[in-house]
Amino acid sequence: MLKSFRIGGIHPKENKLSAGMAIQSIALPAQVVIPLSQHIGAPCQPIVKKGDKVKVGTLIGKSVGFVSAQIHSSVSGTVLKIDKAMDASGYKRDAVFINVEEDIWEEQIDRSEALVTECNLSAKEILEKIAAAGIVGMGGATFPTHVKLTPPPGMKAEVLIINGVECEPYLTSDHQLMMEKSDEILVGITLVMKALNVQRAIVGIENNKKDAVALFTKKVKAYPGIEVQPLKVQYPQGGEKQLIDALTGRQVPSGALPISVGAVVQNVGTLFAIYEAVQKNKPLIERVVTVTGKEVQRPCNLRARIGTPLTTLIDAAGGIPESTGKVISGGPMMGKALASIDIPVAKGTSGILIVPTLEAKRKAMKDCIRCGKCVQVCPMGLNPTLLMNLTEYEVWDRAEKNAITDCIECGSCSYTCPADRPLLDYIRLGKGKVNGIIRARKN
Amino acid sequence: MSVILTAVATLGAIGAGSAGILYLVSQKFKVEEDPRIQEVQDTLPAANCGGCGFPGCAAFAAACVNADSLEGLNCPVGGEVTMDRVAAILGQTATKAAKKIAVVRCSGTCEERPRLNQYDGVSNCSIAAALYGGDTGCSFGCLGLGDCEESCTFDAIHINPLTLLPEVVEDKCTACGACVRACPKDIIELRKQGPKSRRIYVSCVNKDKGAVAKKACNVACIGCSKCQQACPFEAITIENNLAYIDDDKCRLCRKCVVVCPTHSILELHFPPRKETPPAAKEEEAIANA
Repeated sequence: MLKSFRIGGIHPKENKLSAGMAIQSIALPAQVVIPLSQHIGAPCQPIVKKGDKVKVGTLIGKSVGFVSAQIHSSVSGTVLKIDKAMDASGYKRDAVFINVEEDIWEEQIDRSEALVTECNLSAKEILEKIAAAGIVGMGGATFPTHVKLTPPPGMKAEVLIINGVECEPYLTSDHQLMMEKSDEILVGITLVMKALNVQRAIVGIENNKKDAVALFTKKVKAYPGIEVQPLKVQYPQGGEKQLIDALTGRQVPSGALPISVGAVVQNVGTLFAIYEAVQKNKPLIERVVTVTGKEVQRPCNLRARIGTPLTTLIDAAGGIPESTGKVISGGPMMGKALASIDIPVAKGTSGILIVPTLEAKRKAMKDCIRCGKCVQVCPMGLNPTLLMNLTEYEVWDRAEKNAITDCIECGSCSYTCPADRPLLDYIRLGKGKVNGIIRARKN
Repeated sequence: MSVILTAVATLGAIGAGSAGILYLVSQKFKVEEDPRIQEVQDTLPAANCGGCGFPGCAAFAAACVNADSLEGLNCPVGGEVTMDRVAAILGQTATKAAKKIAVVRCSGTCEERPRLNQYDGVSNCSIAAALYGGDTGCSFGCLGLGDCEESCTFDAIHINPLTLLPEVVEDKCTACGACVRACPKDIIELRKQGPKSRRIYVSCVNKDKGAVAKKACNVACIGCSKCQQACPFEAITIENNLAYIDDDKCRLCRKCVVVCPTHSILELHFPPRKETPPAAKEEEAIANA
């Protein structure tokens, strides 16, 4: 019996249409728009101005504050302007517009494909390199990686957990990266183990990626301390707390961070970025994006520079189908419907899902029939229908008591509700309000 | 027979004894309440809207009685009449507070502000605002999903189905501020109702640069500062590409309304303008002021 998390979970149709499609690099666009806020935390301050020449890898946004990540130019060319541009949040935010000219890289970046396994850097130096490269969690949460790898005082990591689960339906970018860059990812794991000073790492891979499980099981033999664990196909297996539970049997307490049970979780995409940053001096300037959808001509996995317009990627997959009703950034469960496709690829863009009109339409909300399915599937053990009602009637103290802030926004409740109630929409609103109240109380 | 008599006698004795205890306890633990609190509460509208800043009319009545003066205490629903009555009960003088009313600072109707995408989520402004900037090019404007309408206990604000903008029913609005708090975009503001309900305000909250704002909406404030220059009373300030009229300084001369190139400044309940040459108008305004 395969391992899994202990409560809740669903199994939506996998629809991994782009599975096995080799990662293709797409041609450089004529212009890139690099948002100055691509991570959780304070937005970056631009350090270039109109007319400046930049190379690939030039620092253009300096992070302010501890929870923040540097931003580098992903192309070479001239800075056109710093202006507001729409990003995936649906709001206009500051961004650097760069006109692309040629493809000149900063000298210190090693562009060769050769695998570098040797690393003589100390833990501190590795962390500094990760911070300088502006690496964030590539699974979608975009939390700055160097912050996550710096445990709070008094806490110590015991085990590193590698998230190769990719439990979101449709998305295949992590899967394909694991197939093509397995050695680089494994070196990345050893680097992070060194940075955290842990002796044990577990790679969790959902069992619908049997080829990746086999490949990693074969290759880890050369790397002491790393294990591979196939996992049951169950959403949200890739949730941080769910994955820790599945792999170690430890449960993260309500309101606490994974480090409180000695675990640090990193996504495979992040580990590849860490490898490139530490061994090749390459900042985070590109990522793998799955472009997919049932009506899309050529579902594919593309390597795109940060700031490339989504339209360029969609064109590479055969263009927008006529039947399109909705375009989602990310996967169908946790992704975000976009107000416009004239937005750039950011560090957290794991996929572009194009949904046909027939499937895009939300069904009308009906009355709750008290079936309790949402309670059954909630992987955090919450009571979604109660939390929705508490939010609707603004009973914030009770919402807080019922742990609304523990919600991981996986959407299992809304997915399973036979009355099509927008449970997550309300809970997300309530979670924001309660978090605001808690912050205000602390100050 | 004696059984019945015994039962009646016993129960009667228990009843009398309990009544005695209750009487003694109620005397011993009696709460002295100023009778004026009830009297004041009876004059209040009993809307319990919270517009005065207190959690309901009873709390407001207690606050009025306990306060040394009525300064700063105002029932927005009852207005001057109610406050005068309260003052009479307490033997004080009510401070005159200008009557306020809610104004919606967005004129982006469907014609003025084309829809660029379709929102299919929950019909709730707060949820939509947390997701994205809205279904038009303006990420500051009204979402039209009716959180204000839902929050109003006086049936005084409604979304017009044609314009998808809220409209305030002036006779019903009590300036309790519920809609102001409900609006996630901070579009609704409480402003002085003004003499004969005449008032002037900038009906836009877009802080984008002029060109961007104008592209998104025909009636957006573009921050051109023409109104600021035209205002003889320094009532207009421009911040973040957006004009704001201070209703304490505004003397209702209407000069800003004429110069606004995008018609984003609105005037309400003024008599129609006479076709006078601009020079004469200016003199008239100064004379009026």
